[in-house]
Amino acid sequence: MVSGIFVVLVFVIGIYCILATHNLIRVLIGLELLIKAVTLLIITCGHKTGNMALAQALVITIIVIEVVIMTVAVGVVLGIHRHNNSLDSRNIRKLKG
Amino acid sequence: MFLEVLILIFLTAAALWTVMTRSLLRSAMGLALTSAILTVIIFRLNAPLAGVFELSVCAGLIPVLFISVISLTQALTYKEALEHMKSRFARFWALPLIVIIAGIILILMNVKLKTKLPLPESQADVRFVMWHLRQFDLLGQIIILFTGVFGVVILFKERKKSG
Repeated sequence: MVSGIFVVLVFVIGIYCILATHNLIRVLIGLELLIKAVTLLIITCGHKTGNMALAQALVITIIVIEVVIMTVAVGVVLGIHRHNNSLDSRNIRKLKG
Repeated sequence: MFLEVLILIFLTAAALWTVMTRSLLRSAMGLALTSAILTVIIFRLNAPLAGVFELSVCAGLIPVLFISVISLTQALTYKEALEHMKSRFARFWALPLIVIIAGIILILMNVKLKTKLPLPESQADVRFVMWHLRQFDLLGQIIILFTGVFGVVILFKERKKSG
């Protein structure tokens, strides 16, 4: 189960990226890395269990959802930049409800 | 086996470079590289359809999306970039160590995956699975696509100026 180790490592890198950075674009990049780890996990499990068709179907679904999430998230980031003139997450703590 | 491990090491290294690099543009390119290496793994594990999607969408479209948003946002001044660089090193120096230690711990733990028997031949086709077994997923995908479209329309809608 060599792939499992690398799945965890890529996941750790993604989590660290999200936690350590203040830049909103880097947060999205960290989120992308998490999705890559999950994709690798599903494909590996599909290969090991022999359910490759199901694994492929799930990966295609994940990719579609990933693209939609990223598009909307990029729109939100651009909106934040338009309002605050900054991509620093510390500048958007005082939100008006 | 050796080649697979080598590709997986490249994948982890590309992910690490994506996070560690200073330039956002290089970070986006690193993400594309990570996706491309993941595509190679997917192809090698006999999942060509998922591989094509990963290559065209994740390695092609999403980095372009990131590069567009980077070019649309304002760059830091020289002074800000210098301060950012110092604080960045303080925050990220531990990441390679964490990755190496986590890798060693996981190798020592030697986790095994419980495998099941393969499905019958009729269910082994991805088209059959997508259109017959996972129809609800397709409905969900369509709903999410429309949600995304409406989300983007609302986000970029021109507001009427009051007064």
